Formats: sequence, structure tokens, C-alpha cells
Amino acid sequence: MKRRDFFKSAAIVGIASFFKTNALGSVLTGKEIAVHSQPDLVAVMGGEPAIMLARAIKELGGIGHFVKKGQKVVIKPNIGWDRSPELAANTNPELVGALVKLCRGAGASQVIVFDHTCHDWKKSYTNSGIEKAVLANGGKMVPANDESYYSEVDFPRGVNLKKAKIHKALLECDVWFNVPVLKHHGGAKNTISMKNLMGIVWDRSFFHSHDLHQCIADAATFHKKPALNIVDAYRIMKSNGPQGKSETDVVKLKSLLVSPDYVAVDTAAMKLFSQVQPTELKDVRYIALAEKLKVGTQNLDNLNVKRIKL
Amino acid sequence: MKFLKNIRIVLSIFFFLPIFVFFIDFTGKLPVQFHQFMNIQWIPALLSLNLIVIGILFLLSLFLGRIYCSSICPLGILQDVLSWKSRFFRKKKKKTRYNYSPPKNILRYTILVLTLIVFLFGSSFLVILLDPYSTFGRIASQLFRPLAIWGNNALAFIFSAMGNYTFYKVEQVSFVPLGFGIAILFFLLLTQMSWFKGRSYCNTICPVGTSLGLLSRFSVFHISMDESSCTRCGACEKQCKSQCIDSDAMKVDDSRCVSCFNCLSACKKGGISYKYRYMKKHVPTEQNKVNNSRRTFLLSSGAAMVSVAFAGTNKIIGKNDPILSRKPVMPPGAYTLDHFNAHCTGCQLCVTKCPMQVLKPASLQYGITGITQPHLTFSTHVFCTYDCNICTSVCPTGALKTLTMEEKKLTQLGIAKFRQDLCVVFAKEEDCGACSEHCPTQAVHMIPFKKGLTIPEVTEDLCIGCGACESICPVRPYQAIYVEGSIKQGMAKKPSEAKKFNKKIDDFGF
Repeated sequence: MKRRDFFKSAAIVGIASFFKTNALGSVLTGKEIAVHSQPDLVAVMGGEPAIMLARAIKELGGIGHFVKKGQKVVIKPNIGWDRSPELAANTNPELVGALVKLCRGAGASQVIVFDHTCHDWKKSYTNSGIEKAVLANGGKMVPANDESYYSEVDFPRGVNLKKAKIHKALLECDVWFNVPVLKHHGGAKNTISMKNLMGIVWDRSFFHSHDLHQCIADAATFHKKPALNIVDAYRIMKSNGPQGKSETDVVKLKSLLVSPDYVAVDTAAMKLFSQVQPTELKDVRYIALAEKLKVGTQNLDNLNVKRIKL
Repeated sequence: MKFLKNIRIVLSIFFFLPIFVFFIDFTGKLPVQFHQFMNIQWIPALLSLNLIVIGILFLLSLFLGRIYCSSICPLGILQDVLSWKSRFFRKKKKKTRYNYSPPKNILRYTILVLTLIVFLFGSSFLVILLDPYSTFGRIASQLFRPLAIWGNNALAFIFSAMGNYTFYKVEQVSFVPLGFGIAILFFLLLTQMSWFKGRSYCNTICPVGTSLGLLSRFSVFHISMDESSCTRCGACEKQCKSQCIDSDAMKVDDSRCVSCFNCLSACKKGGISYKYRYMKKHVPTEQNKVNNSRRTFLLSSGAAMVSVAFAGTNKIIGKNDPILSRKPVMPPGAYTLDHFNAHCTGCQLCVTKCPMQVLKPASLQYGITGITQPHLTFSTHVFCTYDCNICTSVCPTGALKTLTMEEKKLTQLGIAKFRQDLCVVFAKEEDCGACSEHCPTQAVHMIPFKKGLTIPEVTEDLCIGCGACESICPVRPYQAIYVEGSIKQGMAKKPSEAKKFNKKIDDFGF
């Protein structure tokens, strides 16, 4: 590194870290970021899942910015339920498929997809359409139905959740993407990016018996942060979540929210959701609790938010 | 006529293999249609009053003898496999192993009469215990299946350690001591008997074998010895796994012959053949008189009374928590407890096909007469899947009526009982809602509680008793919400749909 370059990046790092921590990583990994500032949150509306994803990733500096050649990638969608894509109980399969394709295109050595499902895992993988989409794009589905697939991890910043067993595929990967779907949720009020973390954990009943909201916030302190949280709001479930009863619970918003910040993306998603089903942000308690644990910020005004309508 | 034996072997493989593989298959990949192989079994056909199958099997036995025993009954073929295997363990000189042995009439007819009496008294206890197909089902599901899963999991362990997920770990068959005990008991008995005495199980214990023996005495075709060409070398007798050929007396006990045709292949002189019985004026071989002596009568009626008495005793009384003494939860399509208990033979087919493994063989939940009949046991992530009716479509005995998916989704297996004082929301004043989250009909839903919390409430009309709520409730050992089984399965109301949202959203809202 030239002396001049060193000073330049040191200065930028200093300034960047003063404002927001997540830009730090970007500066250290990619030089072009230093030239023009990268958005903290990208919101896209009005396209098909794959097109919205491509656009959002482009705004964030391209897939090559996140996935390097030969890396092992994990994608964690919500595949919790034995439901068809139209019912919006799981992440949109086209979105997951498109992300797998992007990662493979960036030279990822393997792209692994899993979820610790609530319903029978094989049926959920199949009927969600996700298995098919992943395999078609060169990814790999991995089971998560047995404790032997998990290893214990410490959560030193957690309040109630001090330890949890996390899926080994996630622990062993180089990069991972958190790809939840936006839904109403009977227990946690809403499920977005942080609630999706319950699918990387083996023992979920601990969450339910030790203050669900606090445990969700604690889970977001997991040391290995996703490169991006990609919130699928192509179809959202406005009521009777997380399973839904019929298509009348579903609203097609044709939207996508992307950010490395769990709290910011969940806050933005709640604002989008509230236009359909008015919900007090403070009732989704884990969002504020996570902010308290310095996981991210609810204050979208301080962030560089890029809104795109297609 | 040596080809007859080969035909018999081919037929046996044709019937045995699909049944065996269907019971073992833990991947759920085999098509459900395989269950047709179970429908052609004697006891299931009788219990479900499948007249076509009953007619065909009856005529088959009347014309050709006990073909059912030799080629259709999986338990019979399993014995052949066991005794065939035994040759690898015995000394070469003793390769010829069978000798004529007189029929054990007292034993076999007592068991048959007993089974009938007990059944007529309204208890299928002995039918469950002795139906050969169901006994095979229990052996396959309780002994062979766990071995197969264990093997798969060993492979899964090795492969996944290398990052290959072709094999995945499968939940092991849960250990139910009574069900396992019965399976292993019969397996040992069967192994012992078939090892040394061929088909003696079929001819002494099996009530189906004994009944068919009554028919095969008169079968149109039968094995008979020809005095002119027979040299009384005894080769046929040594190959007769039913031990029913007396080569010295030149007699074949038709009631015990299972038409395996081994004797035909053994005879080099053409002294034994399979032929038309009523060729010439020939009185059927002298029948061994049914021993209906006073002793047999007393023995059978005494034993029958004991069994009938057992039939009355229902489940044992549980401990303190009501969850322990709840009524058993029957599989969907069982309709009523009486119908179910009378028709189910505990063959375990539904248990092995249940993708969630929520069905398990009962111990004493249905009383002593319902041992190994399936019931639902809920545990974390184990509950009855909403979009699934596999068990109702594979049942060969009609104990579970076939339900369409729409009917299944409304059939009330039981009703969820919520116990507020145990609930996390009430006791700890913390949000949970796991039960409502898992409820497919939203019979369990959250209503406002204090401090902005919400607490579950059950609308019983909507509850189908799937147990999703119970399975996920974090309160242990006794859940704050549990399913009380229904003795008569009713129909739930159709859950109401949410109001459709029609407005167009074209702003992000932030």
C-alpha cells in the first residue's frame, strides 16, 4: 500500500466509523466505496423478485463486493412452513433462487441454504418451492432437523440468551445472507430479519420460555453478522401469521428491503407493513431491545436510505 | 412339476418385497399406492369387509390350497427366509432337516376357537396379537426399521462430516417398551420355530393358518403320493417344511400343507404330485378329527373369559396432572373409539407412514386390548400435520376411514385445553404465543392481557386437536396447553378467512 493510499483510507475509516460502524467493513474490503458513499438501506418497489434483488445489490456495490471467488456462502431464508409460495409463509423462492445465482456467478465455491423448520422439513423445503429454486441455480439444500447439525456458541452480549446451538453450516461459511419474509406473527407481533434468526438455532423453546422479545434481540448479537439482510416483501402476510390460513391473509406489495443493519431494516419493514396493518413499532419490542444492545439503529433519518421504484 | 416351486418363489418375492420395503421406507419416497399389498391380506380384508379380496382368497384356498400362507402372507415368507438362512449355520450332514410330525390339534384349534370367541365378545385382543400380517408389521416396524434408520444415520454422520448431505439424519423410531416387547417376543418365537421346525408356527399358533387348513382339506388341487412310483425314500418328507408328509404311511396332511411345492422338486421318481383331488371316486384322506373334547372346551372358554374380562379394563389411572390421565388421541378417520378398537390390528403401517412420527403404538392407553394400536403422542415439533391424510389412506383394515384432505382438515381428533395458571404469559408476564403461532386454524389465538401482553384463548369449535400447540408449548414437564382426545371424532367449523386487503400501496411508508 502506498503511503498516500494509507492516509486516505485511514482518514476515511476514521470519518466513517465516527458516523456508523457498518461502513467500516466496506471501506476495508473495497476501494471503490471510498469514492462515493454506499447506501445503508436500499428499498425497491414494483418489480419481480429477481429484478428487484439485482437492482438493490447493484446499488450496494455489486455482488462481488460481498462474495469473493471460492468462498462458502450460506443463505438463510424463512422456510418454516409446509406452505406454497402464494401463501407467503416462506421467503419467495424466486428471490432465493436469484440470490443463489448471483453468488454462484460471483464465484462462490458453494451456496448452502437451510432453515430449522417448524413443519416437517422435507415437505417445507419442497412445497415452499425453495428447494427447486436453489438446486436449479447451483445451490445446495442442507438439513437442519437434528441437533447433531448444530454447535454451541456464546452470546456474550445477550441478556437472557447467553448460549445457543447454531447450525454448523453457518458457523463454517465465509459469508451469509439473511433472507426473511415480512409477516405478521402471533407471538412476536411481526417476523422480519431478527426473528428469522430463530431458524439458525436448535433450541427455540428456550426463546419462548425466557422472554421471546429479549431472546430475539439477544440472537441479533450473534458475532457473525450477515453480509446483508434481504427482506422479501413481494408478498407479505398481513394477518394470521406466521402460518396464515388462506390467500386473504396475503398482500402483494412487490417490495424488497436490503440492509446490513438488522434494526434499521426491521424498522423500515414495520413502516411498510403498517400501511397495510397498522402496528405500533414499540409493540414489536425486540426491535427497541436490539437497538439497546447496539445491534443497529431505528433512526432511519440518520441513514443513507435509497428508495427506488421500478 | 418342479416349475411349481419356482413359481411359488417368484410369487413370494413379488408379494413380500414391496410389503417389506414399504414398512422400512423412512424417506416417504415410495408411493402410497403400495398399501394395496396390505389390502389383500386375510385379516385386514375380513375386518374391512373387502368382499372382493375375501372372495378371491377364499376361492384361491379352495382351489389350490394354502397359497396365501406360502406366497402372500409376509409372516409366512419371513419364516421361509429365516429357515433358509439357518442352513448357513448348520452342519452339512444335517442339511435334510424335517421329519413328519403329527399335528398339534389341541393347541391349534384352541387358539382358533379362543380368537373367535373373544372377537365375538367384542374384543379384538387376540386378533391383534395373532394376525400374521400385523405381527409381521410389528416386527418390521419395531425391529427392522430401527436398524435401517440406524444404518442410514451412520452413513449420514460419515457423509455430512465430509460436507456431503446426500444422506440426512432421520429421527429414530421411538422406543415403546410394550410394542417392542411384543415384536421381539414374536420374532424370537418365530425364529426358533422356523429354524428347527419350518412352518410349525403357521400350523400351531396362527389362527389364519388353522382356518385355511380347514379349507385346504378339501382344496380341488392338492399334494398326493402315488403308490406305484413312490419308493418310500423319504426325500419329500425331508423337504417338507410343514412336516406334514408321512412317507412311510404315504400320507399328506392337507390341512397343514402350505403348497410350497418343495416336495415336488425333491422327488426324482415322480412319486409325489400336485393334482386334482376328485379325479376318481376317492374319499378325502381321513380327517384328523377336530379335538373338541371337554378339556379343550374348558380351556378355551376359561381363557376366553379372562380375555373378555381384560377387554373391559380401560386405561390405567394417571398421576396428578390431568395431562397424564387424558383420553387417548386416536388417528384421524378412527371415527369412534369402539369402531377403532374393534377394527385396528396394530399392524403399524400408519405408524411407519406418518411423516411426523406423531403416531406411536399404544401401551395401555386404550386398555390392555388395544396394545400396539396407534395413538398420537405430541412432543417438540411432533404433531399431526394439517395438510396430511396419509394414515387414513393406507389403513388396510378400515379402522381408519379414508378422509379427503378437506375432511381431514376439519376432523377433530381432540380439543385443546388451555391452563392459564401454567402459561408463560400469565406466570411470568412475558410474551410467548408459540401455541397460537403453530395453530393451523387459529382456534388458539392471542387476546389482550395486561401490560400490552397477549394471552392464548381456545375456540373449541375450530380446534381439530392436531397438537401443534401442545408440541411447541415451552412449559414442561406438563404443557400449559394440551389435547384431550375425542372418543367420537366430530367435525370442526371451517375457520373464517381474514378480510382481503384491496387498497393499493405505492409508498414505502418511511
